[in-house]
Amino acid sequence: MNGPEPVLKEAVIRMYAAREEIHPREVKGRYAASRWACVWLTQVLFYGLPWVRWNGRQAVLFDLGARKFHLFGLVLWPQDFIYLAGLLIICAYGLFLVTTVAGRMWCGYACPQTVYTEIFLWIERRIEGNRSARIRLDRQPWTAQKLGKRGAKHLAWGAVALWTGFSFVGYFTPVRQLGHEALGFSLGPWEAFWVLFYAFATYGNAGWMREQVCKYMCPYARFQSAMFDRDTLIVSYDAARGDCIDCSMCVQVCPTGIDIRRGLQYECIGCAACIDACDSVMDKVNKPRGLIRYATENALSGGWSAAQVRRRLLRPRVIGYGLVFFAIAAAFSGALALRTPLKLDVIRDRGAMGREVDDGMIENVYRLQIMNTAEREHLYRLHVDGIATASIADEDLVELAGASTRAVPVRVRVQPGRAAGGSHPIRFTVSALDDPSLRVSEKAVFIIPK
Amino acid sequence: MSDFTSGFWNWYIVLITVLGIAGCAILLWSQSKHKVRIGEDGQPEKTTGHVWDEDLTELNTPMPRWWMGLFYLTIVFAVVYLVLYPGLGSYAGKLGWKSGGAYQLEVRQANADYGPLFDKYLKQDIKMVARDPQAHAIGERLFLNYCAQCHGSDARGNKGYPNLTDKDWLYGGEPSVIKETIMKGRNGQMPPMGAALGSDRDVENVAHYVRSLSGLTADPVKVAFGKPKFGACAACHGLEAHGNPALGAPNLTDKVWLYGGSAETIMETIRKGRNNTMPAWGEFLGEGKAHVLAAYVWSLSNDPNAPEAAK
Repeated sequence: MNGPEPVLKEAVIRMYAAREEIHPREVKGRYAASRWACVWLTQVLFYGLPWVRWNGRQAVLFDLGARKFHLFGLVLWPQDFIYLAGLLIICAYGLFLVTTVAGRMWCGYACPQTVYTEIFLWIERRIEGNRSARIRLDRQPWTAQKLGKRGAKHLAWGAVALWTGFSFVGYFTPVRQLGHEALGFSLGPWEAFWVLFYAFATYGNAGWMREQVCKYMCPYARFQSAMFDRDTLIVSYDAARGDCIDCSMCVQVCPTGIDIRRGLQYECIGCAACIDACDSVMDKVNKPRGLIRYATENALSGGWSAAQVRRRLLRPRVIGYGLVFFAIAAAFSGALALRTPLKLDVIRDRGAMGREVDDGMIENVYRLQIMNTAEREHLYRLHVDGIATASIADEDLVELAGASTRAVPVRVRVQPGRAAGGSHPIRFTVSALDDPSLRVSEKAVFIIPK
Repeated sequence: MSDFTSGFWNWYIVLITVLGIAGCAILLWSQSKHKVRIGEDGQPEKTTGHVWDEDLTELNTPMPRWWMGLFYLTIVFAVVYLVLYPGLGSYAGKLGWKSGGAYQLEVRQANADYGPLFDKYLKQDIKMVARDPQAHAIGERLFLNYCAQCHGSDARGNKGYPNLTDKDWLYGGEPSVIKETIMKGRNGQMPPMGAALGSDRDVENVAHYVRSLSGLTADPVKVAFGKPKFGACAACHGLEAHGNPALGAPNLTDKVWLYGGSAETIMETIRKGRNNTMPAWGEFLGEGKAHVLAAYVWSLSNDPNAPEAAK
């Protein structure tokens, strides 16, 4: 505690501040072009994929009701959840690797928040005009003209948002049927909710929240500084060059409203809009490009050449992330490629330990839960081994339709006197008659009463 | 009925909940403003005025205002939730939501979804249903879900639980009787007969006689002594020991034993009696499922496609 001091004057300050509207200036250049390429790539994929057909059904459909995820020829069941975990781990390490090498690449080019903000900004520019026109419009009183422009903008935003929500739900419920229902205003309550919810999230985040999402909501933005080091490429201002003409273009184009000349700031999403803007200005004043550029801290302070920067690429941190990334990606692809589209669970009947049947044979009863996760039907043969003379006393051929499950009660018999009383390990094998590679085994226990 | 044994706990919960929500609101409001000194430049200082360890000062970096709005929204949500749903002591909420009601809603939905399918089968004769492959698959799944715990996945039963794949029926094997058994359940009772028969020796003699009825090895002398004593059993099992399906009294001549056919087990059955219950499934499953199940169980011991069955 400080000693008692005479309080002179006091003021009441707010601990919460209103957002200040940012009107980024439109920018053209190679990095903006790369971003637009990412926008087209991701959005053609996102909006288009639900409409692709495969084998007479939707190619990509996450059918939550039937608990089956269709991905072209691949059908994933709840038991395959491990693959989703694998995919998430691959994505995470992919991000770590890219971030260590080149900073917030994901944020600047591919993140949905960036992509949709870019689309919404484009609409805003077409309707309300460029940066200065939008700032003027902001200050104007509410005239009919302003009302018209704002209304048109929000209508256009709303249309894109609704289409986005519709496409999103189209991944979970057949999109053609969804389209018919939407046109007839007969969507189910949950479909309607998710279309509207996702549309609202798109509209709110890309139209209103924008950089606030990156600054205050995104967890990835907060922890990625842990992956940065002095050799990570970041959007940097080369103060030592002394070429800045104070045109403030880099500030005007910044979607998060910062001044890159003050160094690396947590708000910077690495979109490189300031690089494009500065390069075009440098071209006009006949100075070399790259006053603002992708550079590492070491490169800036040591005046390194591009080759010197590249030489630091293979440092332990990058090698570590890279090894983990490629190892997991290889294991994932291998596991997926070698996956047998047939699953088996064996449940022993608990009601009876074992029983003696007419001819003195010892009998145990099992329930075989057979899952044909392939797309077409198969005829399977059941087989049991592990204990001498063990045989199946029922029909040993089972037919299962594509992507279906069946519980088959099976009696296993063992001749008396061939094994001691107590429990014996046995093994069930289910194999497809038409495809020898379709074959799974599962352990079980055979009990001979003492 | 109140969830609490005393009205005190109701108010205890209400008070904690209301004070908790109000406390959050007050905290939010009181912490959204702060008094700071005016600096020498005439502007409010950039710090909150909190200083630790002599020179560690807390900067005032304002949070976004919409964030505060979200906090207030959680309070609004809490109030709306507590008005609509149970949560405030024993207050039931305006919507009258109950966890049991949510379950019943799902059951009603499932019945509405699958009802027409079972209604279709309900209009058909059970033997006809037994010929329907789809009904057979449904019946098999229902059986594995509800019946296999006692009768076994293969329906061959267990000690005390009848084998459903043989031709031997305690109450009769006609499809309609099987359905009645499923719907209403059965309560098979054999009273302890030791005292009625007399001494332990009499019980043993009768047991040997009963074994002889099925052609099992038995002491001829004991059989001879047991035979006249069997009269006490004939009331239910009949003089010929063929049983009585009306009572569920088993046929004792067919080598099928519910509890076991050794002399010791039969003596135990005679001395202590047997009490056997098949629960009534009618209310739980509904008639449609019982109908399909009866067809499945009947088909375990009959060929539904045989000419005499297809009449």
